[in-house]
Amino acid sequence: MLHAILILLGCQLAGEILARGFALPVPGPVIGMALLFAGLQLRARLKPAAADIGTLPLGAVAAFLLANLSLLFVPAGTGIIRQTAVLTANGPGLIIALVGSTALTLIVTALVFVAVARRTDAKSGSGGSP
Amino acid sequence: MNDPSRLWVFLAASPLFWLTATLAAYAIADWLSQRAGRNPLVNPVLIAVLLLAALLMLTRTPYETYFEGAQFVHFLLGPATVALAVPLHSNWATVKKALAPIFAALIAGASTAVVSSVGIAWAFGAPFDVLASLAPKSVTAAIAMGISQGIGGNPALTATLVISTGILGAIMVTPLMNVMGLTDYRARGFAAGVASHGIGTARAFQVDPVAGTFAGIALGLNGLITALIVPLIIGWLRS
Repeated sequence: MLHAILILLGCQLAGEILARGFALPVPGPVIGMALLFAGLQLRARLKPAAADIGTLPLGAVAAFLLANLSLLFVPAGTGIIRQTAVLTANGPGLIIALVGSTALTLIVTALVFVAVARRTDAKSGSGGSP
Repeated sequence: MNDPSRLWVFLAASPLFWLTATLAAYAIADWLSQRAGRNPLVNPVLIAVLLLAALLMLTRTPYETYFEGAQFVHFLLGPATVALAVPLHSNWATVKKALAPIFAALIAGASTAVVSSVGIAWAFGAPFDVLASLAPKSVTAAIAMGISQGIGGNPALTATLVISTGILGAIMVTPLMNVMGLTDYRARGFAAGVASHGIGTARAFQVDPVAGTFAGIALGLNGLITALIVPLIIGWLRS
């Protein structure tokens, strides 16, 4: 448990140092995610017989954090709710832009994903359908 | 027993009270969401935020006082982002096979998010600083605020637009995908992550672990690509 927390914080700290040190346009935690992913991949290569990550404390802590990810947005969300007046200050345009653009983005992303996946899945033979 | 009003003065200023209130509001919201069979309209973030905003207003507590307690929850966003590496690693065999659809959908989705939001708001006559604040609305708050500042937007407005987009996406993704008859959880999750960053990712993890994994990938990659696309589009708008 202690080790799991130390690993997560250590990766975040390393990510933060890299992000600031090299003035990268990506936040530290995202780099930390890449570092942890690389570490986990390396572990699987070097020790193929090692226990599955899901059964280790790191897997349990990660699962707990991600199962409650919604909670973590509550403090920031509470901060913005006081500023919702700015959303309507310029008329209905901003709200329509938010709703319309979010719906369009969801639709376009999912459709392109499925269209390309249909080709690549068929080629690799994993999709099953022709 | 001490004077209850003095007790309240102590509690209202203590991090303990507002940390507990944050967890309690979320526990209520999550219970409601569960009772509703995880119906997307009963969004736990939105409900918890509304409960807390009402409590802050009723008790006339400044947000800064509230945040002294809530910051302990807010802080966990960093480690939780790092933790996305674990499902990514566990599902890597599935992800590796889908690299082509991932990159195609990423480029299409990221461009749609920027062009459609700026386009609609521009058609409604929004001024330049609002357009610049709106352009990065689909990426995670830290990146979006940085982009917004760099192109002449207002980072505080961007934060509001980012959180609103997250909640909207988390609410809309399930009904939209069902209407379109899209059953591929990789595509559904990836769309949630591209359109509505972490809050969409939280929704995806609620539905399916593969959807959550693909949402997490989308969240990370979209931050990168949007940081590249937005200055191009805004620069073109300004010229």
